[in-house]
Amino acid sequence: MRVTTEPASGGVETSGMSQIVIEGVRHLYRPPRGKPVLALEDVSLSVGTREFVALLGPSGCGKSTLLYLVGGFLPTEVGRIMVKGKPVSAPGPDRGIVFQHFALFPWKTVRANILYGLERQRMPRAEREKRAQSFIDLVGLTGFEDSYPSQLSGGMKQRTAIARTLAFDPDILLMDEPFGALDAQTRLLMQTELRNIWQRTPKTVIFVTHDVQEAVYLAERVAVMSARPGRVKAIIETKVDHRDPGVTRSKEFVEKVDQIWNLVREEAIKAQDKKPES
Amino acid sequence: MAAVMRASAAYLPLLLLAIAWEAVARLNLVDSSALPPLSKVAVAWIDLVRGRELIDNGAASLYRGSVGLLLAIFGGGGLGLLMARWRLLDVFVNPLVELFYPLPKSALIPVTVLWLGFGDGSKILLIFLGCMIPVTIGAYNGARGSDHALVWSARSMGANRLRMMWDVIVPSALPELLNGIRTALALAFILLVSSELIVSQQGFGYLIGYLGSTGAYEGMYAVVLTVAFLGFAADRLYQLFIQWLLQWRE
Repeated sequence: MRVTTEPASGGVETSGMSQIVIEGVRHLYRPPRGKPVLALEDVSLSVGTREFVALLGPSGCGKSTLLYLVGGFLPTEVGRIMVKGKPVSAPGPDRGIVFQHFALFPWKTVRANILYGLERQRMPRAEREKRAQSFIDLVGLTGFEDSYPSQLSGGMKQRTAIARTLAFDPDILLMDEPFGALDAQTRLLMQTELRNIWQRTPKTVIFVTHDVQEAVYLAERVAVMSARPGRVKAIIETKVDHRDPGVTRSKEFVEKVDQIWNLVREEAIKAQDKKPES
Repeated sequence: MAAVMRASAAYLPLLLLAIAWEAVARLNLVDSSALPPLSKVAVAWIDLVRGRELIDNGAASLYRGSVGLLLAIFGGGGLGLLMARWRLLDVFVNPLVELFYPLPKSALIPVTVLWLGFGDGSKILLIFLGCMIPVTIGAYNGARGSDHALVWSARSMGANRLRMMWDVIVPSALPELLNGIRTALALAFILLVSSELIVSQQGFGYLIGYLGSTGAYEGMYAVVLTVAFLGFAADRLYQLFIQWLLQWRE
């Protein structure tokens, strides 16, 4: 098994080689009706090239919003977000995104979904057919090329979405609770698979989740976010040996999960108190 | 074979109705000038086809109906999609659509005649105006309901705004747009025949009115049944088309 040769960057202090730099970002969410909500307050974070960072926090803490800002889907109004030294102004194929609810084009087959990004990159037909097939094989969907998303299970849909994003080869992978809509077993399998895929085709990953185990298992660093307005409360290196299949039962893993859970718990309680509907 | 049996069983009530019609008329239970026997209506139908009255008037009607409907589909579909994506247009046009929606479109028959005269133009305009409303609303609602995650996915894969509109907004809007068109299809028949009945020298509506006023009731019924059948067949074919187009939905 090939392991990433690039050294994992240490965060803000090594921002010189960071691929993504988030500085002093504040974001006001303006719902169509009702009062504006301060979603993010003075958020700073750096992510190194080919680093895997998890954004962990209670629901409503603005972690997805931060991801959408990096993606260029929402405008950055206060602070700045730089990707490879340039401020983010719009979505682009250097940043691929995977959503919780898959966001597959329901009118396209698995193959056509995966081909879409390659067509937009104007890849020659023979080459893109070959590339699409190789990613279909990579995520284990061989034989389902001509199925529509409505005919697939949740896990298969998310595999398709991941293959679609990997296929057009973005440097950065933005993942918005990608396994949140899957059942517990599928979720575990997908985590292992993502880990393996990442080791074969290392990319810079920002992975949004509210699952502590998932964050520690997948990421090299975990950024714990506070309840709304979201800030980065702590950044913790997981230092978990991801090549060990039994790692989740190891003492160091369990301790790390405990340590991070303690940080998150306070915020989760705060977030609950703030929820107007409950 | 079983499928054929089931399909024909669905039309059994129609067959019973036809037999009842024939029986009621033959037994003189109602005045035969008010309800001529179905067999005589069939004979009159053959005469109308042979004499080309039905063919010529039918062609005129189908021409007006299809031109008006096609204009409404493209005009209304385009307008609805643009309104959903472009706020300024929405603000200006939406009140007009809402105002126009409950208006009985047949009230516009004299208006369109005043503008475009007694020929094809006034009927086409009427059908266009009437049918545009459900198509616009369908396209608008469908496009408004499109998932922003799909829009973002397409944009992040390198689609520009125009490309994204065509690749994401249009197919997202399609199910509701197609339903709007189905309503428009039925409306086209209604507006066509009623406008021809009132002011025309040609068309199905004209023929029904003419035959009725000259006492040729068998012929009148033959034309009415023809229009009913065409409306039914058009709707059925259209539904098959939708099913084929939306086969990605389970």
